[in-house]
Amino acid sequence: MIINGVTIDATFAEAFPMKATRAIITAQNEKWALISAQAMTGFATSVIACGCEGSIERILDPSETPDGRPGVSIMIFAMGGKGLAKQLETRAGQCVLTSPTAALFAGIDGGIRIPLGKNLRYFGDGFQVSKQIGGKRYWRIPVMDGEFLAEATTGQVDAIGGGNFLVLAESQPQALAACEAAIEEMRKIHNVIMPFPGGVVRSGSKVGSKYKSLGASTNDAFCPTLKGMTKTELSPEIESVMEIVIDGLTKEDIAKAMRVGIQAVCDLGAQNGIKRISAGNYGGKLGPFHFHLQEIMA
Amino acid sequence: MSALTFTLKHRTDQRVDMSPLVCHLLKDLALADIGALTLQSGKRKLRVDELFAINGSDTQNIIIKNSVDNLDFIGKELDGGCISVVGDAGAYLGFGMKTGTLKVSGNAGLYAACEMKKGYLEIAGNAGDFLGAALPGNKMGMKGGTILVKGNVGQRAGDHMRRGNILIEGNAGDYCGSRMTAGTIAVMGQTGRYLGYAMRRGTLLLWNQPQLSASFNDCGAHTLAFLPILFASFKPLNSLFADATSAFNRVQRYAGDMSEMGRGEVLVKL
Repeated sequence: MIINGVTIDATFAEAFPMKATRAIITAQNEKWALISAQAMTGFATSVIACGCEGSIERILDPSETPDGRPGVSIMIFAMGGKGLAKQLETRAGQCVLTSPTAALFAGIDGGIRIPLGKNLRYFGDGFQVSKQIGGKRYWRIPVMDGEFLAEATTGQVDAIGGGNFLVLAESQPQALAACEAAIEEMRKIHNVIMPFPGGVVRSGSKVGSKYKSLGASTNDAFCPTLKGMTKTELSPEIESVMEIVIDGLTKEDIAKAMRVGIQAVCDLGAQNGIKRISAGNYGGKLGPFHFHLQEIMA
Repeated sequence: MSALTFTLKHRTDQRVDMSPLVCHLLKDLALADIGALTLQSGKRKLRVDELFAINGSDTQNIIIKNSVDNLDFIGKELDGGCISVVGDAGAYLGFGMKTGTLKVSGNAGLYAACEMKKGYLEIAGNAGDFLGAALPGNKMGMKGGTILVKGNVGQRAGDHMRRGNILIEGNAGDYCGSRMTAGTIAVMGQTGRYLGYAMRRGTLLLWNQPQLSASFNDCGAHTLAFLPILFASFKPLNSLFADATSAFNRVQRYAGDMSEMGRGEVLVKL
């Protein structure tokens, strides 16, 4: 398949089941909601070493937030429910409780309930106040700037992590420009996050390493500087490869995000140095969710 | 299917215990069976059809017409469905109500919503003393749900209240929120003396400056984030509380009752 001069490989992205949650952070203005959300989703690019994958899902209009203030929706993904709950609570405690004017609300009403402000309330040292409003419990925790308002719990649901596609370009600036265009479009899709810095990862990995202590190492088949040294996947004109990883609540959400992302890359086309779109997989043996690029773009 | 309607034929000399006439107890009963039920009135037992003209068939939607203030225990332990009272209601309206909707077009007597657990009670007129309170000797009053009173309420509203909302468009009598353990009482009108007497936790939300006891301490003026959420939850109500112009988030906060646990609060609109 070729779109605007860009070859779409006959391959697929392989993704895994994960657990996910969503929280809404509001603040006096969008600037401070974003600061809090960025802190909460910092160092959350990959479960390999961060314990979770998290990012800002989207910026919310005040009409969409529980308290009518500017807000940001964030999502966190982890391999298991316990790990997810621990990450959520730790991050909420260190990054939202501490953030001036911030309040924290559930972003998923259904699913298994996991603590959001439920245990953070003990920071109130007995001065915390519980309010049950409309069937939801909120905690008012006295802090130095006033009160930190946090909903007691949020929902944990089954989700999918590791959807991806690779952008193969003639130069590094062209690969990055294409990825930036893709991310801009993908951020319009709900229920997905792209957890790596700016949504783009330049260090795609393969399973295993020559070093016994490492479970993952550089994806040498897609490293342009190794074209003459390894069993490469790259043709001579490819000078740079970048990857976009997508975590989402459902298979459909990820497929939709991949479609708009790949389309944005293809819109730049061969004339802007984009040569191929590929995807990362492990031969289909590890992950139960397969996103076939040509089916998605059909 | 039309609402099951009980129209009172005449006022009895003695008070009447209406507790058998609730939706969940009448479910699947034929009109004749409902008419044959008995209601305690003083030391007598009266057949329902002796006291009421009965029409309609929807047992989950009950209307009590010509209701007067000696019909007690209307909606007792109501567990789903809807009861509308046209006229006044006696004491213990919605006693121990579990869920469902109960509406009264007139006034209600003593102990309305006493030990209510969940559901919605609306009183278009006034309510008597001990609204949402605990029975004498009991330690736990209203445990959940919402009460809306469009008129005034008597003394001791929310006595021993544990959870839920009491919304009063008019005035509240003395000892409003006394011995509260938690929950919210909002009063748009005036409040009486000894507001929040011995309250441990909970919120008294007021539109007018009250006369506070010395055991309530001023915590200053604040903008509280939970108030917009609280007011948003009132929007579905047919009430002044649903009016956007009634909402506020800037309050003077008083903590008390310091002679008790002192974790309660009186929030007065600024």
